[in-house]
Amino acid sequence: MYDNDFALFGLPVAFALDTAVLTARYRDLQRAVHPDKFIQASEAERVLAVRQAARINDAYQHLKTPLARAQYLLTLHGHGLVAEHATLKDPEFLLEQMELREALSEADSAALARLQMQIEQRLQTLIQALESGFAAAQPDWAQLQVVVLKTQFMHKLRNEAELRAERLLGM
Amino acid sequence: MALLQISEPGESTAPHQHRLAAGIDLGTTHSLIATVRSGVAETLPDTQGRHLLPSVVRYIASGAAPVVGWEAIAQATEDPHNTIASIKRLMGRGSDDVRALHARLPYEFNLNDARVPRLRTAGGEFSAIEISAEILKNLRVRGEQTLGGELTGVVITVPAYFDDAQRQATKDAAKLAGLNVYRLLNEPTAAAVAYGLDSGTEGVVAVYDLGGGTFDISLLRLNRGIFEVLATAGDTALGGDDMDHVIAEYLLQQAGVTRSDMDAKDWRRLLRDARTYKERLTDAPAVAVEVRTGERVAYQGELSRTQFEALIENLLQRTLTPCRRVLRDAGVATAEIVQVVMVGGATRTPRVRAAVEQFFARPPLVDIDPDKVVAIGAAIQANTLAGNKSGDELLLLDVLPLSLGLETMGGLVEQIIPRNTTLPVTRGQEFTTFKDGQTAMALHIVQGERDLVADCRSLARFELRGIMPMVAGMARVLVTFQVDADGLLNVSAREQFSGVATDIVVKPSYGLKDGEIERMLRDSFEYAQVDVVQRRLREQQVETDREIAAVATALAVDGDQLLSASERVVIEAALAALKQARAGDDPIAMQDAVKAMEKAATDYVGRRMNSNIRKAMAGHKIDEF
Repeated sequence: MYDNDFALFGLPVAFALDTAVLTARYRDLQRAVHPDKFIQASEAERVLAVRQAARINDAYQHLKTPLARAQYLLTLHGHGLVAEHATLKDPEFLLEQMELREALSEADSAALARLQMQIEQRLQTLIQALESGFAAAQPDWAQLQVVVLKTQFMHKLRNEAELRAERLLGM
Repeated sequence: MALLQISEPGESTAPHQHRLAAGIDLGTTHSLIATVRSGVAETLPDTQGRHLLPSVVRYIASGAAPVVGWEAIAQATEDPHNTIASIKRLMGRGSDDVRALHARLPYEFNLNDARVPRLRTAGGEFSAIEISAEILKNLRVRGEQTLGGELTGVVITVPAYFDDAQRQATKDAAKLAGLNVYRLLNEPTAAAVAYGLDSGTEGVVAVYDLGGGTFDISLLRLNRGIFEVLATAGDTALGGDDMDHVIAEYLLQQAGVTRSDMDAKDWRRLLRDARTYKERLTDAPAVAVEVRTGERVAYQGELSRTQFEALIENLLQRTLTPCRRVLRDAGVATAEIVQVVMVGGATRTPRVRAAVEQFFARPPLVDIDPDKVVAIGAAIQANTLAGNKSGDELLLLDVLPLSLGLETMGGLVEQIIPRNTTLPVTRGQEFTTFKDGQTAMALHIVQGERDLVADCRSLARFELRGIMPMVAGMARVLVTFQVDADGLLNVSAREQFSGVATDIVVKPSYGLKDGEIERMLRDSFEYAQVDVVQRRLREQQVETDREIAAVATALAVDGDQLLSASERVVIEAALAALKQARAGDDPIAMQDAVKAMEKAATDYVGRRMNSNIRKAMAGHKIDEF
């Protein structure tokens, strides 16, 4: 019944979003449709409740994190999901990725903490770029696809840093 | 068997009638039943005042009802082959799993059926599902005798880390025991409910659950009655029993005795003693220990708490790995955790509490008896689901514990739904045909985090049939994977080009196929004498009554707003036909009438759901920004 996941939560289609509002509405919606509220209801209603609750969960996932939201917005505007293996023609960025990755594999805990901080800063910058890019009157979709791709790279790196941190904890 | 209470249609589901509902903790070492009475959730004792029911079933002779609980445990040492303990470890397991565990299990098996291993006992051969059903029946009787009526529904707890096969096995056991399952609830979530509702906590809570045979760690975010599971991890083969095993192995070593010098009886006794030593070391700094082979005392000595703690250190470290993983998965820092809840008898061990306190940097909550806390939480949820608490805000949002994937070329796994996705969840995936005229395709679904099929748990093989013959690559089969709130997978498929739903043949890798439950019911001792037809009729009556009440209630609430007069006539007619079918005694006619009712009300149900969504969003407008 709703055209897009933003409308489902009564939100405008935009990258900038108050996650506290989103989460509050997500919870209100689940209170209304979750299958647990339909245990005594008719079979048809229970089946529908599972479907609706799943739909709301899915929509929430699309909007919850900046990266997912950016990917969803690109799809919504017909600029497709950016595949992870899509080519990124930015030698400077790729070189930095390689360097960070290399530093990561050799880092002790102090160096790792510095690297993690660096990764967070990079991510913040990328998210700001997404924010201003999507806010533009005429968004540059090709440019936004590149930023999304870079954010994906950086997310992966962050996960690897966390794994490395666990290993350093003596596991 | 409890007397069946058959009420007039509609009457049984009058709006304010209290429905008898219970929470059941089906544990590895012991099980409990709890309910909410006068607003208080409490576990129910047996006639001798004992709350815990040992999860032990002893089969004495063919045709005789098995003995369950304390009576069975008393004979465990004397009659090890026929006295089945820790059956939960075998739920949803196949014959290969049993072969791997065999050395540690004192039972005899029939492993001819790869899906469902059977234990050989003096009473016959039984699967883990049937044995668990005996424990559940015992608790059902206890609940119904205490509460004075038939249970409308129950919530049964399972380890959060249970896979699809283990969950399905639990649900099947409940069905065999004649229980209506409202919901399978994850044990840590249940514990959080038991604690969270009283304290009114808001924020992230960690639940550390070290039971007899399983370990779970879950992180939940509590907000105004909503318990949202953020992440869960664990080990289905790690628990307090393992502590008993390491003590026993250590004592064997001290005694210079090997397992081959002992028979099943000796070993069982040593394990029982090891557990007693472990429990005494909770308070005592040291205990006197001994090892016996037959009547001979092979070793006498002392075990200090320090020695014991050194023995279990490895096990403890194994619990901390999943703890780190949930924090990472949830993106939560240790400092954000406002409470740590302890569940499971094994968390009584002081060293366990100390390790958890050190890891989370805060003392864990231990106010509620760790043996009872899960059953109490389940009872609260059952009471809510039964509709006994009006205006209740409690809502549990659980997650998929293990990723679901499909086998692709070369034995690789393609992930469909990642772990820690909030339930329920639906994902669609499109497939096409390889060959001209291909009318069927096969899918192999696995669960786990690894890249190779061989390293994941096989769930089922689905065969899609009835695809219209087309040129290769032309058919577009949309397969929909749905995981419901119980964590159970359902698969449906539709050919997009022709719009035809394809037939799906499900071949579970472990557990029962469709129809096997019914056969077990027919074969089981309890129902051998009871008319199967009568049972079938009763089940259909309950279903029909629910349908009548649901539609009547809905019409009274919003029939006028959501239906035109002519639409309402159609639904009223279907309802009248349903009531008429209910007055008869033909279950097939009732089933058909229920289906006709569903069909007549499809649009209405959709409008009701949309109206719910609109109401939830009322007051929230796009232009409020």
